[in-house]
Amino acid sequence: MSVLVFIDHSDGHVKKASLEALSYGAAIAAKSGTKAEAILLGTVTEDLSALGKYGVKKIYQVKNESLNKLDAQVYTKIIAEAISSTGAKIIVFSHNLSGKAIAPRLSAKLKAGLVAGAVALPDTGNGFVVKKNVFSGKAFANISISSDIKIISINPNSYSIVTGEGSAEVADLPVNIEPYKVKTVSASKASGEVLLTEAEIVVSGGRGLKGPENWGMVEELAKLLHAATACSRPVADAHWRPHNEHVGQTGIAIAPNLYIAIGISGAIQHLAGVNRSKVIVVINKDPEAPFFKAADYGIVGDAFEVVPKIIEAVKKLKGVA
Amino acid sequence: MKILVCISKTPDTTAKIAFTDNNKKFAADGVQWIINPYDEWYALVRAIELKEKDASVVLHLITVAGADSDPIIRKALALGGDEAIRVNADSHDSFYIAAQIAAVAKQGGYDLVFTGKETIDYNGSSVGGMVAELLDLPYISLATKFELSGTTATVTRETEGGEETDEAMLPIVVSCQKGMAEQRIPNMKGIMSARTKPLKVVEPAAVDPLTTIVSFELPPAKAGVKLVSADDPAELIRLLHEEAKLI
Repeated sequence: MSVLVFIDHSDGHVKKASLEALSYGAAIAAKSGTKAEAILLGTVTEDLSALGKYGVKKIYQVKNESLNKLDAQVYTKIIAEAISSTGAKIIVFSHNLSGKAIAPRLSAKLKAGLVAGAVALPDTGNGFVVKKNVFSGKAFANISISSDIKIISINPNSYSIVTGEGSAEVADLPVNIEPYKVKTVSASKASGEVLLTEAEIVVSGGRGLKGPENWGMVEELAKLLHAATACSRPVADAHWRPHNEHVGQTGIAIAPNLYIAIGISGAIQHLAGVNRSKVIVVINKDPEAPFFKAADYGIVGDAFEVVPKIIEAVKKLKGVA
Repeated sequence: MKILVCISKTPDTTAKIAFTDNNKKFAADGVQWIINPYDEWYALVRAIELKEKDASVVLHLITVAGADSDPIIRKALALGGDEAIRVNADSHDSFYIAAQIAAVAKQGGYDLVFTGKETIDYNGSSVGGMVAELLDLPYISLATKFELSGTTATVTRETEGGEETDEAMLPIVVSCQKGMAEQRIPNMKGIMSARTKPLKVVEPAAVDPLTTIVSFELPPAKAGVKLVSADDPAELIRLLHEEAKLI
């Protein structure tokens, strides 16, 4: 009857989104009077037993470096075996790329109902009902899962990491690893920057910045705030910024604590990708920009005058010369 | 070479989102319906391009929906494709929908199944992975490029903060997003020919849904924007620090 949380990792480190998933899984376990356990496929450099502070009692690890590269088809088989051997009934993923790849497969394999993109703990008062985002952030749906085994993927940055005391038992999980059918021939990744989907603060620029040469101040502000940089669709389409920075309906959907939009008018398609941000700041010289209607704070003014002053104020606040 | 493209009907991106029937149903009155943009602009158009390159490609579209989706299917057929299959059922459960698609796909012997990366209404990103599992096939999600050489697919996909290029032997399931293809507008010839293309209606396989929607909610309205003077941007930082406590 336990809860099993999938721990996602890359470059030897457990992802922040998985710490949220661990905290979320532990909270469900506490609520339903059961224990939370976790599973990690592959190897990480950190001490896994320390993850016990997020509320998990035991972590099953398939300690095999060949699993450091995710293959959803192979992972699904291994996780399904772990579920059957541990008797877990509630399975938790982060709704990040890994979760989106594995959770649906697992759902179909086990005929276990999936709520993809949950935003809150399940309501177990009457059945098992999980709230999730629908209509691209414009509404929520409460979804009831009727199957015996239930799968939830929790949206990144929707559930806060809860840190307590404790250490987890780490147990080797011996499994048979099947060969991968998908072969990765090349991969590239921006390094050393804050991951857009995990960032707590995002600084984003739009057409109002006039050209790629003007992104220095966006990057400077982002660096000072330990934020990720993003952009609107026209900016990505014009190749001012790479496509993996494009947030919006056709780009990446994000939900940071703070979204700072500079020179973005706020078309409905852009809002669909950022409307789950907890606080939105809009800097735009057009007082009629629709984005101000969705914003919490705003400055009507020229970005080229306002942003450098903001950078100065942040430097002063953080004591940076 | 047979390709199956999964399409879904969604409210237009600018549609007003509201609910009726005690917040149990989406208020569909006056809503303009479109083909889910990811299904149309990326999955379908890329499949059409593959057919344009190789005339022997057979391209079928599938949707799991009631008859009210027929205009959307005709619109998709106007862009391209040889025929469409509508599984006559109405469900919001991803597993139910995936099981219907998998049943048709299994029978049809498709080499390639394309989906959009998600629908813009239920945002599950789930159907593609479920179809792949039910067919025991590899699934490459969030593809931005797709090339075919014989029976080997080379697919570039989004990763967190970057991209990677994968290779897999057909048959596979691929979910498509921006980058795969450019949006097209159907021309008059396409619209005329779509009228006579076969639209097969098949009855659903017996499948039990695993989830049901209990109710909908709208997010709480924003309190309204607090404007800071452009002459004093430092005040914004003070508010974000002291009031919002975010920096």
